[in-house]
Amino acid sequence: MKKIRGEWIFLTAVLGICCAVLIIDRGLFLRSMGFFLGIFVQIIPVFVLVFVLMVLSHTFIDRQVIADYFKKPGIKKWLFVIIAGIVSTGPIYVWYPLLAELRDKGVQYGYLAAFLYNRAIKIPLLPLAIFYFGLKYIVVLTLLMIIFSILQGVMINRLVPAEDPCNYQDPRS
Amino acid sequence: MIRLLPVIIGALLLVSLFNNVIPRSFYVGLFKRNLLFDSVIGSIVGSISAGSPMTSYVLGGEFLKNGVALSAVTAFLVAWVTVGIVQLPVEMMILGRRFAIFRNLTAFMLAVVLGILTMLILHFI
Repeated sequence: MKKIRGEWIFLTAVLGICCAVLIIDRGLFLRSMGFFLGIFVQIIPVFVLVFVLMVLSHTFIDRQVIADYFKKPGIKKWLFVIIAGIVSTGPIYVWYPLLAELRDKGVQYGYLAAFLYNRAIKIPLLPLAIFYFGLKYIVVLTLLMIIFSILQGVMINRLVPAEDPCNYQDPRS
Repeated sequence: MIRLLPVIIGALLLVSLFNNVIPRSFYVGLFKRNLLFDSVIGSIVGSISAGSPMTSYVLGGEFLKNGVALSAVTAFLVAWVTVGIVQLPVEMMILGRRFAIFRNLTAFMLAVVLGILTMLILHFI
């Protein structure tokens, strides 16, 4: 039997709630659906743009290139970590093995933390973010997040020294 | 992204229902107390939530329309993507317990600070 994915279970559960609301309070259901359709129609063009940007970033960004640049020295490394975090795509846990590998090759924890922090800045999702929060807000937030990623990197470098053997637990052991 | 569609539609349906069930005054009452409190609450909600950032934008945008303070929404958005309570066990296993705990703790605190700072900066520019 084919396994049903979590996202479909979630949608089915929500649709179940909607059906219950329809039975209990028809007026509430109709008001809610009107509200839903209003938002949905508004954000369809933004979703299309986000989809195109995501396809482009998946096509042109290579994981190995990112790994190689992590070894650059000094300020260049910070700059690279920021850019790599911003342009990296996919779920966060996909990147954990690569980061563990870099850690084992001597990359400090702070750089890994800064990379993960910058993953929060999603260029393909910017149109949606601007649609909801406005350009000024997104520019301020993005700049602050880049600065805070370095701050977190410096903090993590102090809190979690690379030479501490307790930091790494081999998952195979 | 296609896989995200059922989550987005489900989240929008829930937001639409809540928008009509919960009065605007509830959100205003819950969050609009002070900058620090709003940011901490926003960061807690963002930290325990999981899923695509796209969903967080949709939810955050609707929170904002319902009168939730900008500092809370900012902390919520930032914590959603920088703090990962759900994936913490995996992060601990692969990258180390100390790193995972400190990274998530500092990300939580920075989300609170970012919520406050963003609101203050936007107030003055």
